[in-house]
Amino acid sequence: MSELFSKKNKEVFFTPIGLNNPVTVQVLGICSALAVTAQLKPAIVMGLSVTIIVAFANVIISLLRNTIPNRIRIIVQLVVVAALVTIVSQVLKAFAYDVSVQLSVYVGLIITNCILMGRLEAFAMQNKPWESFLDGIGNGLGYAKVLVIVAFFRELLGSGALFGIQIVPESFYEMGYSNNGLMLMPPMALIICACIIWFERSRNKELQEKN
Amino acid sequence: MDLNLFVKSIFVDNMIFAYFLGMCSYLAVSKNVKTALGLGAAVTFVLVVTLPVNYLLENYVLKADALVEGVDLSFLSFILFIAVIAGIVQLVEMVVERFSPALYASLGIFLPLIAVNCAIMGASLFMQQRKFETLGQATTYALGSGIGWLLAIVGLAAVREKMAYSNVPPALRGLGITFITVGLMAMAFMCFSGLKI
Repeated sequence: MSELFSKKNKEVFFTPIGLNNPVTVQVLGICSALAVTAQLKPAIVMGLSVTIIVAFANVIISLLRNTIPNRIRIIVQLVVVAALVTIVSQVLKAFAYDVSVQLSVYVGLIITNCILMGRLEAFAMQNKPWESFLDGIGNGLGYAKVLVIVAFFRELLGSGALFGIQIVPESFYEMGYSNNGLMLMPPMALIICACIIWFERSRNKELQEKN
Repeated sequence: MDLNLFVKSIFVDNMIFAYFLGMCSYLAVSKNVKTALGLGAAVTFVLVVTLPVNYLLENYVLKADALVEGVDLSFLSFILFIAVIAGIVQLVEMVVERFSPALYASLGIFLPLIAVNCAIMGASLFMQQRKFETLGQATTYALGSGIGWLLAIVGLAAVREKMAYSNVPPALRGLGITFITVGLMAMAFMCFSGLKI
């Protein structure tokens, strides 16, 4: 048991959540990270779906890694991911229909989410199933973390609510406060994401780029 | 050709600024205008080839009652669409290499990248969701979104080329300032919303 949670495995699990975050450092999977973050609920569902899919795709590819011919590996990876995404999408349609309508095409787009291809290529093709599973969960949670932060600010400032429940009290509106409708538009997702990167890189000097 | 749909898919429903599709390669390959132009052209080309094929597949195989009475195969659409895209990209790469080495030299390196570009898959999924009536409409949509993507990446590349000379705060250099630039460009594109011809 102690071997399963050795120091190296813990590192595999925790670095993508913090230091080597897939969205803000590796620049993977931006498309969906920005598109589904107007509200918290779809953002959390999306983050969880991606976590589950990355983890299991990592395990499957890692089990198959010695049998996949190198030339067709991308297609094999795509098929595995597409099958997992189909399952998740059907489950969402069955048990959380309104969220799946909100997410619309972005559930299907998990297939082409670069986090998946990136992790499968860079990690699962070289490592054992258990490490790959931890790596998948870590990267998925790192991705979910950014989604939740962006969605928190967008929903709070854009519609004065969290999870659809009104947070900003009525008396504020009577005093002349109003919601910032621009927050719900696509451009602000990019700018909030930029602010997160700015914050993170001011604290961690080694992440800064030269130009 | 449906002019309204064409203009709308370039400016209003822009792949990058309204839906963030194809963002990864958009950020990675927008450092200079020439390569940006190459990637944009390749994306447009692949979109125009794959979308009609996926349209036919959707309408004659996947839709409920399309292939066999009473059978709905639409749950297979993700796998089928991505297989078509990956297959066609491979095919296009081989054909271009054989018949036009000059074009291959400029587009070729981008083609493998494009199989996993969300813009291509996204266009197919939007086609499925919006239920286009004719093949022509689907092709028009593909061409329009491709040109919109090209416009966006060339614009960003031009801005980034100039930005190399400016003094950006150290923590924002690279990714951060690029995000802000794209955000401002997206705001500018928002004034096209409601555009109709």
